[in-house]
Amino acid sequence: MTAMPAPPPARKQSALLATLNRNRLSWVGIGMLAVIFAVAIFAPLLSPHDPLQQNILHRLEPPSAEFWLGTDSYGRDVLSRLFHGARISLTIGFLAVLVAMIVGSTLGVLAGYIGGIFDQVVMGIVDVMLSFPTLLLGLMVAAMLGASLENLIIAIAITETAPFVRVARAPTIAMKRQDFVEAGRALGFSPGRIMGVHILPNILSDIVVVASLWMASAIRTEASLSFIGLGVSPPTPTWGGMIREGFENILSAWWLVVFPSLAILLTVLALNILGDALRDAIDPKLRGEE
Amino acid sequence: MTPVLDIKGLTTEFRVKNGWHAAVRGIDLSVNANETLAVVGESGSGKSVTALSTLRLLPQTGARISRGEVGFGGRDLTKLSEREMSRIRGNDIAMIFQEPMTSLNPTMTVGDQIAEGLLIHRGMSRTEAAKEARRLLDEVRVPDPARRVNDYPHQFSGGMRQRAMIAIALACRPKLLLADEPTTALDVTVQAQVLSLLDDLKRDRGMAIVFITHNLGVVAQIADRVAVMYAGEIVETATCDTLFADPVHPYTEALLKAMPRVDRKAESLEPIPGSVPSISARPAGCVYAPRCNYVQPSCAAHPSLVPVGGNHEARCPVRADKGEAA
Repeated sequence: MTAMPAPPPARKQSALLATLNRNRLSWVGIGMLAVIFAVAIFAPLLSPHDPLQQNILHRLEPPSAEFWLGTDSYGRDVLSRLFHGARISLTIGFLAVLVAMIVGSTLGVLAGYIGGIFDQVVMGIVDVMLSFPTLLLGLMVAAMLGASLENLIIAIAITETAPFVRVARAPTIAMKRQDFVEAGRALGFSPGRIMGVHILPNILSDIVVVASLWMASAIRTEASLSFIGLGVSPPTPTWGGMIREGFENILSAWWLVVFPSLAILLTVLALNILGDALRDAIDPKLRGEE
Repeated sequence: MTPVLDIKGLTTEFRVKNGWHAAVRGIDLSVNANETLAVVGESGSGKSVTALSTLRLLPQTGARISRGEVGFGGRDLTKLSEREMSRIRGNDIAMIFQEPMTSLNPTMTVGDQIAEGLLIHRGMSRTEAAKEARRLLDEVRVPDPARRVNDYPHQFSGGMRQRAMIAIALACRPKLLLADEPTTALDVTVQAQVLSLLDDLKRDRGMAIVFITHNLGVVAQIADRVAVMYAGEIVETATCDTLFADPVHPYTEALLKAMPRVDRKAESLEPIPGSVPSISARPAGCVYAPRCNYVQPSCAAHPSLVPVGGNHEARCPVRADKGEAA
């Protein structure tokens, strides 16, 4: 039994559920994410006020029965802006990671499978990209492209492509030497088919785990870029943008900074918990026996 | 009858450090339709390299076919483009591998994997291919094929996986099957079942089989003809019966003596001293001379394959003379 790879469990789903059940914390993460996603989707219904409506009579009001989380310097409701901001943050986080995942995994599988000069060139570029701090790279790209929702997604996607290349390449190299890939070549399958049908499904779980962890990073990067004014332009509510605006009045109106910060913290925490749980679920070393 | 596969003077070299060294040196092999040729030899003798060279599946860097031709269907496979080769692989020539446990894709159902070749090479529709996959699974004697096509490889036992591999290989009705130690990883009873399955399939389809093995017991069970390889050369070819009854080359004789037999005591097994020389350190004369009991001064010259009887050739002048004299 030692030489044989551990046979996959009879049903992937049930094994995943079993691992998630063993670690109670993972359900906390999943629950938190479900709430955050629900808030983002139903933001217009849940918001007690219009997030863009300014009201000079209610400037910088602390949390009260009417404005649960207070108002900002234009008299806008912080809670409503927080709900609508979730939409922007999650959209950017999700789409940026999706783009990075597709581009990065494709390049990684190609580099791992083709090898040679192509591999060296791709990995050289990846190493250069990884040597920049994420925020600095995002800052450069966002500054070059200009501030808009699409450009922010592109900027964050570019900063997060490199890790996906790495994550896809290493298991591709291992898969390439697997007997069933060799057998596929002996059956006359095209390289594209071998990569897409025979290698990719076998390395997808690794990629998905990394995606969940990098989505947390994408949301953080988005908030950071918005904070320094390279995000989606006002008055569109974003979490980072709200912190930036609240920063000016941090000493007199603490609620402007604390609540969006908490929102970012909880979202990032939930994604990290989920990512760790998924990683444990697919890692045979950690899976172990009860 | 023209042979299905006709290899002439095939030399395959590998790059070791800075030089190219031959793993297979000028071998001639031919197989006819409805015939099983067993290629026998110990590890490192070049059996698998011969099969991989035939399908041109050697790594693209560090290995090359430097001389010779691989005749198949009137064409020389060594001269075909990669695109033409991929039309032949899995379609006209199929290969089955040693490890049934790892030779199937764990993320695809067995049925889909059998159907895949049919979709690509035969342009079948998905429903046709799925139906054919079910039929093939039945043909390789997997019980309850209608249900089993939807199973994943991990739900199959070792023997069943090897049957599934055979079904995949035979899906497109190849004229030639290269079987690289397909039964080595199976236990003996399953091995016997798989061998008789291959033999039946060969007869039903009139297929040519090149069966690579180091197990002479398997050879006796399945082969029509045998080629014994040593250090990248064929040292003896004969029909299966002749080889077992009347081995000429000292290496063949030593192999037979090292094989356990029911009619002899286990203590009479004789191991062959030493090991196959590495490809960068082959002796100049007869490659087997350093391990041979019959070595003569004339063995310093590289011998060629000479006929020692009808359909029987051996690469040993010392024994060939004696054989003819007797």
